[in-house]
Amino acid sequence: MSLDLLPETLDQETAEAVNIDRSIGDFTFPERNKFDAGRGLSEKTIDYICDVKNDPQWVREFRHRALKVFRDKPMPTNWATEDLNNINFDEIRYYLSDGEKPKRSWDDVPADVLETFERLGIPQQERAFLAGVEAQFDSEAAYSNVKEELTKQGVIFVNSTEGLKEHEEIFRPWFGKVIPTGDNKFSALNSAVFSGGSFIYIPKGVKLKQPLQAYFRINSESFGQFERTLIIADEGAEVMYMEGCTAPKFETATLHSAVVELVALKGAKIQYVTVQNWSSNVFNLVTKRGLAMEDAEVRWIDCNIGSRLTMKYPGVVMKGRRARGEVISIALANTGQHQDTGAKMIHAADETTSNVVSKSISVGTGRSTYRGQVHIPKHLKGCKNNTECDALLINTKSRTDTYPAITVKGNQHATQHEASVSQVSQEMLFYMMQRGISEGAAMSLAVNGFINDLVREFPMEYSVELKRLIDLEMEGSVG
Amino acid sequence: MPTSLSYPALLDQPTSSSALHPQWFATAQAEAWQQFLATPAPRRNDETWRFSTISQLDFADFQRAGFHGDASAWIAQSTGVADAAATLVFVNDTLVHQSSQLPEGVICLPLADALITHPELVKEYFMRHATKLGSAKWAALHAAHLTNGVFLHVPAGVVLENPVQIFHWAHGDRTTMLPHTLIVAEKGSSVRVIETFQSTDDSSASLTIAVNDLVAQPEAQLDYVVVQALNEQSKVITINASEVEKQAKSTSFLLSTGAAWARSESISRLKGEEASSFMLAVSVPTGDQEYDQRTFQHHISAGAHSDLLYKNSLYGEARTIFSGLIFVDEGAHRTDAYQTCRNLLMTDTCEANSMPGLEINADDVKCSHGSTSAQISDEEIYYLRARGIDAPTARQLIARGFSIEVIERLGHEATEAYVLRFLDQKFASLR
Repeated sequence: MSLDLLPETLDQETAEAVNIDRSIGDFTFPERNKFDAGRGLSEKTIDYICDVKNDPQWVREFRHRALKVFRDKPMPTNWATEDLNNINFDEIRYYLSDGEKPKRSWDDVPADVLETFERLGIPQQERAFLAGVEAQFDSEAAYSNVKEELTKQGVIFVNSTEGLKEHEEIFRPWFGKVIPTGDNKFSALNSAVFSGGSFIYIPKGVKLKQPLQAYFRINSESFGQFERTLIIADEGAEVMYMEGCTAPKFETATLHSAVVELVALKGAKIQYVTVQNWSSNVFNLVTKRGLAMEDAEVRWIDCNIGSRLTMKYPGVVMKGRRARGEVISIALANTGQHQDTGAKMIHAADETTSNVVSKSISVGTGRSTYRGQVHIPKHLKGCKNNTECDALLINTKSRTDTYPAITVKGNQHATQHEASVSQVSQEMLFYMMQRGISEGAAMSLAVNGFINDLVREFPMEYSVELKRLIDLEMEGSVG
Repeated sequence: MPTSLSYPALLDQPTSSSALHPQWFATAQAEAWQQFLATPAPRRNDETWRFSTISQLDFADFQRAGFHGDASAWIAQSTGVADAAATLVFVNDTLVHQSSQLPEGVICLPLADALITHPELVKEYFMRHATKLGSAKWAALHAAHLTNGVFLHVPAGVVLENPVQIFHWAHGDRTTMLPHTLIVAEKGSSVRVIETFQSTDDSSASLTIAVNDLVAQPEAQLDYVVVQALNEQSKVITINASEVEKQAKSTSFLLSTGAAWARSESISRLKGEEASSFMLAVSVPTGDQEYDQRTFQHHISAGAHSDLLYKNSLYGEARTIFSGLIFVDEGAHRTDAYQTCRNLLMTDTCEANSMPGLEINADDVKCSHGSTSAQISDEEIYYLRARGIDAPTARQLIARGFSIEVIERLGHEATEAYVLRFLDQKFASLR
């Protein structure tokens, strides 16, 4: 339990109740990299990555173009935090790997990498309830496996490198289409140096009963992780994908900048669950967007506990009639953290509906921000959006901001946006304490009550971090 | 229009201000001009201009203006509420009529006169704060060129039952008005001001950059009502700032029915315990009118209350932008702040943009905001039609009721009736 970040004003018990155990991921092993692109980013870095990964020519060209876009784009500090200027792109190491192919069996994974994932509970969870797992260690996957019967049904679950080489006919038409290179500075950076991440294809009508999981681990100091995930659910297919991430706490800042593209074809459903628990010196700047065709549904279920600065606004482009988009988001910002999260809902067809529910908790001097965009263009009919964002402030110096932007054209739509900010009121605490509940437990109860309805959206068995949250929830349901 | 041809362009360097004016004012105007030159023009990527039509900010072909001639027709049309405490009528910032039944001690003068008779008092309140909602450059332009406006100073304990009314008429094509309204309500005083902007004809395009500063000292009550009913060729920027001190109550209300393009920036600074600020607006844009509204509720003191309600009924291809922010300073505990923007979408070609924001730096607060955009439901229309009311009338009744909810918050019958007159004129033009 790391209590050092909490302000003194919080008594021990309250602190324990609202603090989340971040120490679980705070360990590291000596680096054993065979391939290291060195520090800084240039054309040579790109060529190095291409050579090591043996990229096809089209990927090499794609990366070089992206590097140019990255350089041309200014930092978005006209609306985002100045903290972005503290990222030193020349100090970051853009590619690190041991040169091994991902293993299909945990027995073949190097001992220290295995121990890393054992300590994070991954192999055990795989046996218990997962349909497939990919475990990424720095730039490349160390382990990747999917249950055999799924492979027989045509399910593809591989890392992005394998995806673009072995399944180019499915991969290439969608790659970079949901999130173009030039979408923002960090999507351009990812496009230039991406490595790892998952490629998933679920064939027509296949509905996965168990989730697929990816686990992202940063092991090396000053390392930048740039995974790239593309998930395609063919007509009528259904899949739940979960990702977890941790890094040890280094002295210097680490950068994580992923691009995740989801494609839900007619009638398909994709649920993407994230529990982000990076150590508190990671810049987590992620672009995530899904494309939902006719009658399809894309749901982002997002929990941000870790990192120094997270900027993440999962989006859904509802391109087909009756498509549905949803973002469920929980953020916990402790001292030294800024959780800048939100949602982007782009309605591009009739009768599309979207829902955003965001809850944030700010502790100590932590800052949580909701930034949202809802866009309903002209000549569409029957589009609906509902946005709710609630913020809970625990301490005097806690901070929260809300910046939604809603554009509605035409009179055949309905949107509503509501936000509230509150604290755990003295009356509420008094009421509970009067009934013999300690102040800490009362605080915990109140905090859990606040996020309770969203916690239910996460799969129960999920990661250690979330278990901790659910433990809190159980504690809360006693009274 | 021949009367305006002799005036210099708005963007030319100002000539030095009147020799009768105090030195501090001349210096302030010269500095404002430098600031105007030094401040970059807003760009599309600026957050404070997000969704705005930046091309509206081309003021190159507007001239400064004055007025010489017969204004009797417009003076006759400057009928506000009965029993006004004072009436001032301006054409292109030139005072053409003034009447007053104000008690002794109340200063109510054209700003040009107040600068001569009460220079130190004006100096104390004149443009004390930087404009922060995007129009700093235009506020500087206003300050550099301004020639007139109103200075109203209500001494401690004086309660004015009847409103003070100010009429501004824009006259001539490509002319500019730069009225500056400065209202100070001293401790425990009470005052209500109604300011109306109109054009002398329907075809001339004018530009108005109006700045007003409202100061409500402890326990004072200051109600400020603006009716913007310029013709639909005009452009207008209004920059409104209120300071609300301990236990004071301030209301600022804006009805917008006119202008081709209107930008309004309104900021309320809550500076004392139990201060309360009500920020209200009703807009009925039609045709291709565009209303761009930015607001800021700044809770500096603990224990203050602010409540914002903006309602837009959009017709034709109208476009609205609402960007509001509740900003709670560190230590401003027990803040109670609300912000609501509602858009009633009357056609399928209109566009409403809403950016309701919160920035909260204290934990013991109650803050919420809400924004909705929707059309009138079929059930509501059906209900009225079942009672023999035709569909267009039914729709208008509902839109009118939707707007009246805000107007009723003014809590002064004569003022409400006056505002309704302009609202109904606008609705009548839609039939």
